[in-house]
Amino acid sequence: MAKVLERKPLTFWERTYLPQILSGLKITFFNMFRRKETLEYPEQRPQLPTGYRGAPTLVKDPNGREKCVSCQLCEFVCPPKAIRITPGEIPFNAPNSHVEKAPKEFDINMLRCIYCGLCEEVCPEEAIWLQDIYSLSATSRKDLVHNKAKLYELGGTRPDSHHKWDKKLAAEKAHEEGGHH
Amino acid sequence: MYELLQYLVLHLIYALIVVVVLMSMCAYVVLAERKVSSWIQNRVGPNRTQLPILAYIPILGNILQRIGFSQPMADGLKFLFKEDVTPGHVKKFYYILAPCLSLITALVTCTVLPFGVYWVMEGAVGEKQHLVEHPLMLANLDIGLLFILAISSLSVYGLVLAGWASNSKYPFLGGIRASAQLISYELAMGVSLLPVFLWASRPGETSGLNLYTIVQSQHGLWLCIWMPISALIFLVSLFAETNRLPFDMAESETDLVGGFHTEYGSFKFGFFFIAEYAHMIVGSAVFVVLFLGGWNFFPGIADPWPHNLIGSVMTIVWFLAKVLFFIFFFIWIRWTIPRFRYDQVMKLGWNVLLPLSVANFIAYLVFFALFPNG
Repeated sequence: MAKVLERKPLTFWERTYLPQILSGLKITFFNMFRRKETLEYPEQRPQLPTGYRGAPTLVKDPNGREKCVSCQLCEFVCPPKAIRITPGEIPFNAPNSHVEKAPKEFDINMLRCIYCGLCEEVCPEEAIWLQDIYSLSATSRKDLVHNKAKLYELGGTRPDSHHKWDKKLAAEKAHEEGGHH
Repeated sequence: MYELLQYLVLHLIYALIVVVVLMSMCAYVVLAERKVSSWIQNRVGPNRTQLPILAYIPILGNILQRIGFSQPMADGLKFLFKEDVTPGHVKKFYYILAPCLSLITALVTCTVLPFGVYWVMEGAVGEKQHLVEHPLMLANLDIGLLFILAISSLSVYGLVLAGWASNSKYPFLGGIRASAQLISYELAMGVSLLPVFLWASRPGETSGLNLYTIVQSQHGLWLCIWMPISALIFLVSLFAETNRLPFDMAESETDLVGGFHTEYGSFKFGFFFIAEYAHMIVGSAVFVVLFLGGWNFFPGIADPWPHNLIGSVMTIVWFLAKVLFFIFFFIWIRWTIPRFRYDQVMKLGWNVLLPLSVANFIAYLVFFALFPNG
Protein backbone atom coordinates (compact mmCIF):
# COMPACT_ATOMS: atom_id res chain seq x y z
CA MET A 1 0.00 0.00 0.00
CA ALA A 2 1.38 3.34 -0.97
CA LYS A 3 1.98 5.70 1.85
CA VAL A 4 0.45 9.09 1.29
CA LEU A 5 2.81 11.80 2.38
CA GLU A 6 1.01 14.60 4.06
CA ARG A 7 2.38 17.93 2.90
CA LYS A 8 1.62 20.35 5.65
CA PRO A 9 1.22 23.97 4.58
CA LEU A 10 4.12 26.10 5.76
CA THR A 11 3.52 28.13 8.85
CA PHE A 12 3.99 31.87 8.80
CA TRP A 13 7.48 31.72 10.30
CA GLU A 14 8.50 28.94 7.93
CA ARG A 15 7.45 31.07 5.00
CA THR A 16 9.66 33.93 6.14
CA TYR A 17 12.63 31.51 6.11
CA LEU A 18 14.09 33.39 9.07
CA PRO A 19 14.07 30.52 11.61
CA GLN A 20 15.66 28.28 8.99
CA ILE A 21 18.36 30.83 8.34
CA LEU A 22 18.98 31.14 12.07
CA SER A 23 19.34 27.40 12.53
CA GLY A 24 21.62 27.34 9.50
CA LEU A 25 23.73 30.06 11.09
CA LYS A 26 23.92 27.98 14.25
CA ILE A 27 25.18 24.97 12.31
CA THR A 28 27.84 26.91 10.43
CA PHE A 29 28.90 28.66 13.63
CA PHE A 30 29.52 25.47 15.54
CA ASN A 31 31.23 23.98 12.50
CA MET A 32 34.04 26.46 13.10
CA PHE A 33 35.08 24.66 16.26
CA ARG A 34 35.08 21.16 14.85
CA ARG A 35 38.25 19.24 14.18
CA LYS A 36 40.04 20.50 11.07
CA GLU A 37 40.23 18.06 8.21
CA THR A 38 43.26 19.68 6.62
CA LEU A 39 46.39 17.57 6.23
CA GLU A 40 49.27 20.02 6.32
CA TYR A 41 51.13 18.23 3.63
CA PRO A 42 54.87 18.57 3.70
CA GLU A 43 54.93 18.17 7.49
CA GLN A 44 52.10 15.66 7.76
CA ARG A 45 51.98 12.79 5.32
CA PRO A 46 48.90 10.84 4.34
CA GLN A 47 48.49 7.30 5.68
CA LEU A 48 48.59 5.24 2.54
CA PRO A 49 46.35 2.19 2.43
CA THR A 50 47.91 -1.19 1.70
CA GLY A 51 47.83 -1.95 -1.99
CA TYR A 52 48.26 1.73 -2.82
CA ARG A 53 49.24 2.17 -6.44
CA GLY A 54 52.02 4.73 -6.64
CA ALA A 55 54.85 4.97 -9.12
CA PRO A 56 55.85 1.66 -10.78
CA THR A 57 59.32 0.48 -9.80
CA LEU A 58 61.64 -2.42 -10.55
CA VAL A 59 62.74 -4.58 -7.63
CA LYS A 60 65.58 -6.95 -6.89
CA ASP A 61 65.25 -10.22 -5.08
CA PRO A 62 66.83 -10.76 -1.64
CA ASN A 63 70.07 -11.89 -3.30
CA GLY A 64 70.39 -8.62 -5.13
CA ARG A 65 69.60 -10.12 -8.52
CA GLU A 66 67.40 -8.12 -10.83
CA LYS A 67 64.16 -9.96 -11.20
CA CYS A 68 63.08 -8.63 -14.57
CA VAL A 69 63.74 -11.10 -17.33
CA SER A 70 62.70 -8.65 -20.02
CA CYS A 71 59.77 -10.71 -21.23
CA GLN A 72 58.12 -7.42 -22.29
CA LEU A 73 54.67 -8.47 -21.09
CA CYS A 74 54.31 -5.22 -19.16
CA GLU A 75 55.34 -3.23 -22.20
CA PHE A 76 52.68 -5.07 -24.13
CA VAL A 77 49.92 -4.68 -21.59
CA CYS A 78 50.60 -1.06 -20.65
CA PRO A 79 47.48 0.87 -21.78
CA PRO A 80 49.12 4.28 -22.27
CA LYS A 81 52.30 2.70 -23.69
CA ALA A 82 54.42 4.23 -20.99
CA ILE A 83 56.89 1.35 -20.77
CA ARG A 84 59.71 0.86 -23.27
CA ILE A 85 62.04 -2.11 -22.83
CA THR A 86 65.19 -2.93 -24.76
CA PRO A 87 65.98 -6.57 -23.98
CA GLY A 88 69.52 -7.69 -23.49
CA GLU A 89 71.44 -10.90 -22.90
CA ILE A 90 73.04 -11.82 -19.60
CA PRO A 91 76.72 -12.60 -20.30
CA PHE A 92 77.68 -16.29 -20.25
CA ASN A 93 80.07 -15.99 -17.31
CA ALA A 94 77.73 -13.99 -15.05
CA PRO A 95 76.57 -15.73 -11.84
CA ASN A 96 72.96 -15.60 -12.98
CA SER A 97 73.66 -16.53 -16.58
CA HIS A 98 71.03 -19.25 -16.39
CA VAL A 99 68.33 -16.51 -16.38
CA GLU A 100 69.51 -15.73 -19.92
CA LYS A 101 67.73 -12.42 -20.39
CA ALA A 102 67.61 -9.07 -18.60
CA PRO A 103 66.53 -5.64 -19.75
CA LYS A 104 69.33 -3.60 -21.27
CA GLU A 105 67.20 -0.52 -20.96
CA PHE A 106 63.92 -0.13 -19.12
CA ASP A 107 62.16 3.22 -19.40
CA ILE A 108 58.86 4.15 -17.81
CA ASN A 109 57.54 7.47 -18.96
CA MET A 110 55.88 8.83 -15.84
CA LEU A 111 54.18 11.52 -17.90
CA ARG A 112 52.22 8.76 -19.62
CA CYS A 113 51.79 6.31 -16.74
CA ILE A 114 48.23 6.12 -15.45
CA TYR A 115 49.04 4.05 -12.36
CA CYS A 116 46.65 1.31 -13.42
CA GLY A 117 48.83 -1.47 -12.06
CA LEU A 118 48.40 -3.77 -15.04
CA CYS A 119 52.17 -4.12 -15.37
CA GLU A 120 52.40 -5.35 -11.80
CA GLU A 121 49.51 -7.71 -12.39
CA VAL A 122 50.88 -9.16 -15.61
CA CYS A 123 54.51 -9.61 -14.50
CA PRO A 124 55.32 -13.34 -14.24
CA GLU A 125 58.50 -12.59 -12.26
CA GLU A 126 56.98 -10.18 -9.71
CA ALA A 127 59.64 -7.77 -10.83
CA ILE A 128 57.60 -4.63 -11.31
CA TRP A 129 55.75 -3.16 -8.34
CA LEU A 130 53.63 -0.09 -7.89
CA GLN A 131 54.95 1.21 -4.61
CA ASP A 132 53.85 4.07 -2.34
CA ILE A 133 55.67 6.83 -4.19
CA TYR A 134 53.08 9.50 -4.91
CA SER A 135 55.07 12.67 -5.19
CA LEU A 136 57.05 12.94 -8.41
CA SER A 137 58.52 16.17 -9.58
CA ALA A 138 61.13 17.21 -12.08
CA THR A 139 62.25 20.30 -13.92
CA SER A 140 62.10 18.77 -17.38
CA ARG A 141 60.09 16.19 -19.26
CA LYS A 142 63.21 14.10 -19.74
CA ASP A 143 63.66 13.77 -16.00
CA LEU A 144 60.23 12.22 -15.68
CA VAL A 145 61.15 9.30 -17.92
CA HIS A 146 62.47 6.91 -15.33
CA ASN A 147 65.35 4.84 -16.64
CA LYS A 148 66.48 1.48 -15.36
CA ALA A 149 68.87 2.84 -12.73
CA LYS A 150 66.21 5.16 -11.36
CA LEU A 151 63.60 2.41 -11.32
CA TYR A 152 65.85 0.12 -9.28
CA GLU A 153 66.78 2.99 -6.99
CA LEU A 154 63.12 3.61 -6.28
CA GLY A 155 62.26 -0.08 -6.08
CA GLY A 156 64.92 -1.55 -3.81
CA THR A 157 64.55 -5.19 -2.89
CA ARG A 158 61.46 -7.05 -1.90
CA PRO A 159 61.19 -10.26 0.10
CA ASP A 160 60.63 -13.25 -2.12
CA SER A 161 59.69 -16.72 -0.95
CA HIS A 162 59.68 -18.46 -4.32
CA HIS A 163 63.37 -18.21 -5.23
CA LYS A 164 62.30 -19.42 -8.64
CA TRP A 165 65.62 -19.00 -10.41
CA ASP A 166 67.65 -20.39 -7.49
CA LYS A 167 65.51 -23.51 -7.57
CA LYS A 168 65.96 -23.72 -11.32
CA LEU A 169 69.72 -23.41 -10.95
CA ALA A 170 69.75 -26.07 -8.24
CA ALA A 171 67.64 -28.36 -10.39
CA GLU A 172 69.95 -27.79 -13.34
CA LYS A 173 73.01 -28.57 -11.26
CA ALA A 174 71.40 -31.69 -9.83
CA HIS A 175 70.52 -32.68 -13.34
CA GLU A 176 74.10 -32.24 -14.53
CA GLU A 177 75.55 -34.09 -11.53
CA GLY A 178 73.00 -36.83 -11.66
CA GLY A 179 74.02 -37.62 -15.19
CA HIS A 180 71.77 -39.76 -17.27
CA HIS A 181 68.35 -40.94 -16.27
CA MET B 1 46.27 82.41 4.04
CA TYR B 2 48.28 80.54 6.64
CA GLU B 3 45.12 79.34 8.33
CA LEU B 4 43.70 78.12 5.06
CA LEU B 5 46.91 76.18 4.36
CA GLN B 6 46.82 74.72 7.86
CA TYR B 7 43.20 73.73 7.38
CA LEU B 8 43.94 72.04 4.04
CA VAL B 9 47.00 70.14 5.24
CA LEU B 10 45.29 69.02 8.41
CA HIS B 11 42.26 67.71 6.56
CA LEU B 12 44.46 66.04 3.98
CA ILE B 13 46.20 64.21 6.81
CA TYR B 14 42.86 63.21 8.36
CA ALA B 15 41.66 61.91 5.01
CA LEU B 16 44.88 59.97 4.51
CA ILE B 17 44.57 58.38 7.94
CA VAL B 18 41.00 57.28 7.26
CA VAL B 19 41.89 55.90 3.83
CA VAL B 20 44.93 54.08 5.15
CA VAL B 21 42.89 52.55 7.97
CA LEU B 22 40.11 51.60 5.57
CA MET B 23 42.50 50.06 3.04
CA SER B 24 44.39 48.05 5.63
CA MET B 25 41.06 46.93 7.04
CA CYS B 26 40.14 45.81 3.51
CA ALA B 27 43.33 43.78 3.29
CA TYR B 28 42.71 42.11 6.62
CA VAL B 29 39.02 41.58 5.92
CA VAL B 30 40.11 39.59 2.88
CA LEU B 31 42.25 37.52 5.21
CA ALA B 32 39.34 37.21 7.65
CA GLU B 33 37.11 36.08 4.82
CA ARG B 34 39.57 33.37 3.85
CA LYS B 35 40.16 32.30 7.44
CA VAL B 36 36.54 32.25 8.55
CA SER B 37 35.51 30.51 5.33
CA SER B 38 38.06 27.80 5.94
CA TRP B 39 37.08 27.42 9.59
CA ILE B 40 33.46 26.98 8.66
CA GLN B 41 34.54 24.35 6.13
CA ASN B 42 36.77 22.61 8.71
CA ARG B 43 39.95 23.75 7.04
CA VAL B 44 42.82 25.76 8.50
CA GLY B 45 43.14 28.49 5.87
CA PRO B 46 46.23 30.41 4.77
CA ASN B 47 49.02 29.72 7.25
CA ARG B 48 52.23 29.58 5.21
CA THR B 49 53.12 33.18 4.38
CA GLN B 50 55.70 34.71 6.61
CA LEU B 51 57.77 37.87 6.46
CA PRO B 52 61.45 36.97 6.95
CA ILE B 53 61.77 39.39 9.88
CA LEU B 54 58.76 38.02 11.74
CA ALA B 55 60.02 34.46 11.41
CA TYR B 56 62.76 35.22 13.94
CA ILE B 57 60.39 36.20 16.75
CA PRO B 58 60.25 33.10 18.98
CA ILE B 59 56.61 32.22 19.73
CA LEU B 60 54.74 35.22 18.37
CA GLY B 61 56.25 34.74 14.92
CA ASN B 62 54.86 31.25 14.79
CA ILE B 63 51.41 32.40 15.88
CA LEU B 64 51.45 35.20 13.32
CA GLN B 65 52.26 32.69 10.62
CA ARG B 66 49.45 30.39 11.73
CA ILE B 67 46.87 33.18 11.59
CA GLY B 68 48.18 34.28 8.20
CA PHE B 69 49.34 37.72 9.34
CA SER B 70 51.50 38.35 6.27
CA GLN B 71 49.04 36.88 3.78
CA PRO B 72 47.46 40.25 2.75
CA MET B 73 50.89 41.58 1.75
CA ALA B 74 51.51 38.50 -0.37
CA ASP B 75 48.06 38.85 -1.95
CA GLY B 76 48.66 42.52 -2.73
CA LEU B 77 52.08 41.85 -4.19
CA LYS B 78 50.64 39.09 -6.33
CA PHE B 79 48.10 41.49 -7.83
CA LEU B 80 50.81 44.12 -8.39
CA PHE B 81 53.35 41.91 -10.10
CA LYS B 82 51.02 40.04 -12.40
CA GLU B 83 51.12 40.98 -16.04
CA ASP B 84 48.49 43.65 -16.63
CA VAL B 85 46.68 42.26 -19.66
CA THR B 86 44.09 44.32 -21.47
CA PRO B 87 42.20 42.07 -23.88
CA GLY B 88 42.04 43.34 -27.46
CA HIS B 89 38.27 43.28 -27.71
CA VAL B 90 37.43 45.63 -24.85
CA LYS B 91 36.34 49.25 -24.91
CA LYS B 92 39.51 50.51 -23.40
CA PHE B 93 38.52 53.77 -21.74
CA TYR B 94 35.51 52.33 -19.94
CA TYR B 95 37.35 49.11 -19.25
CA ILE B 96 39.90 51.06 -17.22
CA LEU B 97 37.35 53.48 -15.79
CA ALA B 98 35.15 50.74 -14.34
CA PRO B 99 37.43 49.42 -11.56
CA CYS B 100 38.41 52.99 -10.61
CA LEU B 101 34.75 53.96 -10.31
CA SER B 102 34.07 50.93 -8.16
CA LEU B 103 36.82 51.79 -5.72
CA ILE B 104 36.18 55.54 -5.69
CA THR B 105 32.52 55.19 -4.73
CA ALA B 106 33.50 52.78 -1.96
CA LEU B 107 36.08 55.21 -0.59
CA VAL B 108 33.99 58.36 -0.95
CA THR B 109 31.20 57.00 1.25
CA CYS B 110 33.54 56.79 4.23
CA THR B 111 33.96 60.60 4.29
CA VAL B 112 30.63 61.17 6.02
CA LEU B 113 30.83 58.20 8.37
CA PRO B 114 31.14 59.15 12.03
CA PHE B 115 33.33 56.66 13.83
CA GLY B 116 33.76 58.15 17.27
CA VAL B 117 33.49 61.28 19.38
CA TYR B 118 35.90 63.60 21.15
CA TRP B 119 35.32 66.08 23.91
CA VAL B 120 36.75 69.57 24.29
CA MET B 121 36.28 72.26 26.88
CA GLU B 122 34.57 75.21 25.29
CA GLY B 123 33.11 78.47 26.38
CA ALA B 124 33.58 82.15 25.79
CA VAL B 125 36.36 83.96 27.67
CA GLY B 126 35.32 84.72 31.20
CA GLU B 127 32.38 82.37 31.13
CA LYS B 128 32.12 78.91 32.59
CA GLN B 129 33.88 76.26 30.54
CA HIS B 130 31.89 73.16 29.65
CA LEU B 131 32.50 69.93 27.82
CA VAL B 132 31.26 69.84 24.23
CA GLU B 133 30.99 66.64 22.25
CA HIS B 134 32.27 66.62 18.68
CA PRO B 135 32.03 63.82 16.15
CA LEU B 136 35.11 62.13 14.73
CA MET B 137 34.41 62.16 11.03
CA LEU B 138 35.90 63.64 7.89
CA ALA B 139 32.92 65.78 6.86
CA ASN B 140 29.99 66.44 9.16
CA LEU B 141 27.36 66.78 6.45
CA ASP B 142 23.79 67.61 7.37
CA ILE B 143 22.60 65.25 4.67
CA GLY B 144 25.06 62.47 5.46
CA LEU B 145 22.59 59.68 5.03
CA LEU B 146 21.39 60.95 1.64
CA PHE B 147 25.01 61.37 0.59
CA ILE B 148 25.74 57.74 1.41
CA LEU B 149 22.65 56.51 -0.40
CA ALA B 150 23.51 58.63 -3.46
CA ILE B 151 27.14 57.60 -3.67
CA SER B 152 26.59 53.93 -2.91
CA SER B 153 24.02 53.68 -5.67
CA LEU B 154 26.68 55.06 -8.03
CA SER B 155 28.79 52.00 -7.29
CA VAL B 156 26.65 49.96 -9.64
CA TYR B 157 28.11 51.97 -12.53
CA GLY B 158 31.46 50.34 -11.90
CA LEU B 159 29.90 46.92 -12.34
CA VAL B 160 27.73 47.86 -15.30
CA LEU B 161 30.58 49.63 -17.08
CA ALA B 162 32.84 46.65 -16.48
CA GLY B 163 30.25 44.30 -17.89
CA TRP B 164 29.62 46.48 -20.88
CA ALA B 165 33.21 47.49 -21.65
CA SER B 166 34.46 43.90 -21.44
CA ASN B 167 32.57 43.26 -24.67
CA SER B 168 31.99 39.59 -23.99
CA LYS B 169 28.91 37.68 -22.99
CA TYR B 170 29.47 36.62 -19.36
CA PRO B 171 30.58 40.01 -18.09
CA PHE B 172 27.69 41.52 -20.00
CA LEU B 173 25.18 39.23 -18.30
CA GLY B 174 26.83 39.99 -14.96
CA GLY B 175 26.58 43.72 -15.57
CA ILE B 176 22.91 43.49 -16.51
CA ARG B 177 22.13 41.42 -13.46
CA ALA B 178 24.00 43.85 -11.24
CA SER B 179 22.07 46.84 -12.55
CA ALA B 180 18.66 45.16 -12.23
CA GLN B 181 19.43 43.85 -8.77
CA LEU B 182 20.81 47.09 -7.41
CA ILE B 183 17.86 49.09 -8.72
CA SER B 184 15.39 46.68 -7.12
CA TYR B 185 17.05 46.66 -3.74
CA GLU B 186 17.92 50.35 -3.71
CA LEU B 187 14.19 51.07 -3.51
CA ALA B 188 13.52 48.80 -0.56
CA MET B 189 16.64 50.12 1.15
CA GLY B 190 15.60 53.73 0.76
CA VAL B 191 12.05 53.14 1.93
CA SER B 192 13.22 51.09 4.92
CA LEU B 193 15.28 54.08 6.03
CA LEU B 194 12.37 56.52 6.00
CA PRO B 195 11.22 55.57 9.54
CA VAL B 196 14.76 56.32 10.71
CA PHE B 197 14.48 59.78 9.17
CA LEU B 198 11.14 60.23 10.92
CA TRP B 199 12.61 59.12 14.22
CA ALA B 200 15.65 61.32 13.93
CA SER B 201 13.71 64.44 12.90
CA ARG B 202 10.96 64.18 15.45
CA PRO B 203 10.32 67.34 17.48
CA GLY B 204 13.24 68.11 19.74
CA GLU B 205 15.89 66.64 17.45
CA THR B 206 18.08 69.07 15.56
CA SER B 207 18.92 67.45 12.25
CA GLY B 208 17.25 64.46 10.71
CA LEU B 209 19.71 63.30 8.11
CA ASN B 210 22.94 63.90 9.97
CA LEU B 211 24.55 60.56 10.76
CA TYR B 212 26.21 61.89 13.90
CA THR B 213 22.95 63.04 15.43
CA ILE B 214 21.32 59.75 14.45
CA VAL B 215 23.96 57.95 16.50
CA GLN B 216 23.56 60.38 19.38
CA SER B 217 19.80 59.82 19.35
CA GLN B 218 20.41 56.13 20.04
CA HIS B 219 21.89 56.76 23.49
CA GLY B 220 19.10 54.93 25.22
CA LEU B 221 17.73 52.62 22.61
CA TRP B 222 19.31 51.14 19.53
CA LEU B 223 17.21 51.54 16.45
CA CYS B 224 17.44 47.83 15.58
CA ILE B 225 15.32 47.14 18.67
CA TRP B 226 12.92 49.98 18.06
CA MET B 227 12.66 49.33 14.28
CA PRO B 228 13.46 45.65 13.73
CA ILE B 229 11.72 45.34 10.38
CA SER B 230 13.51 48.38 9.00
CA ALA B 231 16.77 46.92 10.23
CA LEU B 232 16.03 43.55 8.64
CA ILE B 233 15.07 45.04 5.28
CA PHE B 234 18.07 47.32 5.34
CA LEU B 235 20.30 44.38 6.18
CA VAL B 236 18.99 42.23 3.34
CA SER B 237 19.28 45.14 0.92
CA LEU B 238 22.80 45.75 2.18
CA PHE B 239 23.77 42.22 1.23
CA ALA B 240 22.30 42.84 -2.21
CA GLU B 241 23.98 46.23 -2.55
CA THR B 242 27.41 44.94 -1.65
CA ASN B 243 26.97 41.97 -4.00
CA ARG B 244 27.64 39.50 -1.25
CA LEU B 245 26.31 35.99 -1.15
CA PRO B 246 23.45 35.02 -1.29
CA PHE B 247 22.99 37.96 -3.68
CA ASP B 248 26.20 37.88 -5.69
CA MET B 249 24.28 37.62 -8.92
CA ALA B 250 26.75 39.85 -10.74
CA GLU B 251 29.64 37.56 -9.96
CA SER B 252 28.03 34.15 -9.62
CA GLU B 253 31.02 32.01 -10.54
CA THR B 254 28.99 28.90 -11.15
CA ASP B 255 26.91 30.21 -14.03
CA LEU B 256 28.73 33.35 -15.19
CA VAL B 257 32.40 32.27 -14.93
CA GLY B 258 33.39 35.38 -12.98
CA GLY B 259 30.56 37.71 -13.90
CA PHE B 260 31.40 41.34 -14.54
CA HIS B 261 35.11 40.94 -13.84
CA THR B 262 35.72 37.90 -16.04
CA GLU B 263 37.93 39.88 -18.42
CA TYR B 264 39.90 41.60 -15.68
CA GLY B 265 43.25 40.57 -14.33
CA SER B 266 46.10 41.73 -12.13
CA PHE B 267 45.65 45.08 -10.40
CA LYS B 268 42.47 46.05 -12.22
CA PHE B 269 40.86 42.95 -10.77
CA GLY B 270 42.49 43.88 -7.48
CA PHE B 271 40.61 47.18 -7.59
CA PHE B 272 37.27 45.39 -7.91
CA PHE B 273 38.30 43.04 -5.18
CA ILE B 274 39.30 45.78 -2.76
CA ALA B 275 36.21 47.77 -3.71
CA GLU B 276 33.97 44.84 -2.82
CA TYR B 277 35.49 44.61 0.63
CA ALA B 278 35.54 48.39 1.09
CA HIS B 279 31.83 48.36 0.28
CA MET B 280 31.35 45.63 2.82
CA ILE B 281 33.17 47.60 5.53
CA VAL B 282 31.40 50.86 4.75
CA GLY B 283 28.07 49.03 4.54
CA SER B 284 28.66 47.42 7.92
CA ALA B 285 29.63 50.79 9.34
CA VAL B 286 26.46 52.38 7.98
CA PHE B 287 24.37 49.63 9.52
CA VAL B 288 26.15 50.06 12.85
CA VAL B 289 25.61 53.82 12.71
CA LEU B 290 21.95 53.58 11.80
CA PHE B 291 20.72 50.57 13.71
CA LEU B 292 23.32 49.31 16.15
CA GLY B 293 23.83 52.52 18.03
CA GLY B 294 27.23 53.48 16.60
CA TRP B 295 29.65 53.83 19.49
CA ASN B 296 26.98 53.74 22.21
CA PHE B 297 27.92 51.02 24.65
CA PHE B 298 24.77 48.94 25.08
CA PRO B 299 21.12 49.93 24.99
CA GLY B 300 20.13 51.26 28.39
CA ILE B 301 23.68 51.21 29.78
CA ALA B 302 25.65 54.43 30.03
CA ASP B 303 29.02 54.54 28.27
CA PRO B 304 31.59 53.30 30.78
CA TRP B 305 34.44 55.40 29.40
CA PRO B 306 35.51 58.86 30.64
CA HIS B 307 34.99 61.99 28.57
CA ASN B 308 38.59 62.49 27.55
CA LEU B 309 41.14 61.17 25.09
CA ILE B 310 40.90 57.60 26.37
CA GLY B 311 37.13 57.81 26.01
CA SER B 312 37.48 58.93 22.39
CA VAL B 313 39.76 56.00 21.64
CA MET B 314 37.29 53.69 23.36
CA THR B 315 34.42 54.99 21.22
CA ILE B 316 36.43 54.25 18.07
CA VAL B 317 37.40 50.81 19.35
CA TRP B 318 33.82 49.98 20.31
CA PHE B 319 32.56 51.21 16.95
CA LEU B 320 35.18 49.16 15.07
CA ALA B 321 34.36 46.11 17.17
CA LYS B 322 30.73 46.33 16.09
CA VAL B 323 31.80 46.82 12.46
CA LEU B 324 34.11 43.81 12.66
CA PHE B 325 31.37 41.68 14.15
CA PHE B 326 29.22 42.71 11.25
CA ILE B 327 31.89 41.80 8.73
CA PHE B 328 32.09 38.41 10.40
CA PHE B 329 28.33 38.21 10.02
CA PHE B 330 28.68 38.90 6.28
CA ILE B 331 31.16 36.04 5.93
CA TRP B 332 29.11 33.81 8.20
CA ILE B 333 25.99 34.31 6.07
CA ARG B 334 28.01 33.57 2.96
CA TRP B 335 28.59 29.98 4.05
CA THR B 336 25.08 29.51 5.41
CA ILE B 337 22.72 30.52 2.63
CA PRO B 338 23.25 29.32 -0.93
CA ARG B 339 22.97 31.76 -3.83
CA PHE B 340 19.45 32.62 -4.95
CA ARG B 341 18.25 31.95 -8.43
CA TYR B 342 17.91 35.18 -10.36
CA ASP B 343 14.11 35.18 -10.47
CA GLN B 344 14.06 34.52 -6.72
CA VAL B 345 16.20 37.60 -6.16
CA MET B 346 13.80 39.71 -8.20
CA LYS B 347 10.80 38.20 -6.47
CA LEU B 348 12.24 38.81 -3.03
CA GLY B 349 13.08 42.38 -3.93
CA TRP B 350 9.84 43.44 -5.59
CA ASN B 351 7.20 41.15 -4.08
CA VAL B 352 8.42 40.94 -0.50
CA LEU B 353 10.89 43.58 0.58
CA LEU B 354 9.38 46.58 -1.21
CA PRO B 355 5.76 46.05 -0.01
CA LEU B 356 7.05 45.17 3.44
CA SER B 357 9.16 48.30 3.65
CA VAL B 358 6.27 50.47 2.46
CA ALA B 359 3.93 48.88 5.02
CA ASN B 360 6.58 49.35 7.68
CA PHE B 361 6.96 52.99 6.70
CA ILE B 362 3.21 53.59 6.84
CA ALA B 363 2.99 51.94 10.26
CA TYR B 364 5.69 54.22 11.66
CA LEU B 365 4.10 57.19 9.88
CA VAL B 366 0.82 56.53 11.72
CA PHE B 367 2.71 56.00 14.95
CA PHE B 368 4.62 59.25 14.68
CA ALA B 369 1.45 61.09 13.64
CA LEU B 370 -0.26 59.90 16.81
CA PHE B 371 2.73 60.27 19.12
CA PRO B 372 4.94 63.00 17.63
CA ASN B 373 7.52 62.68 20.39
CA GLY B 374 8.11 58.99 19.78
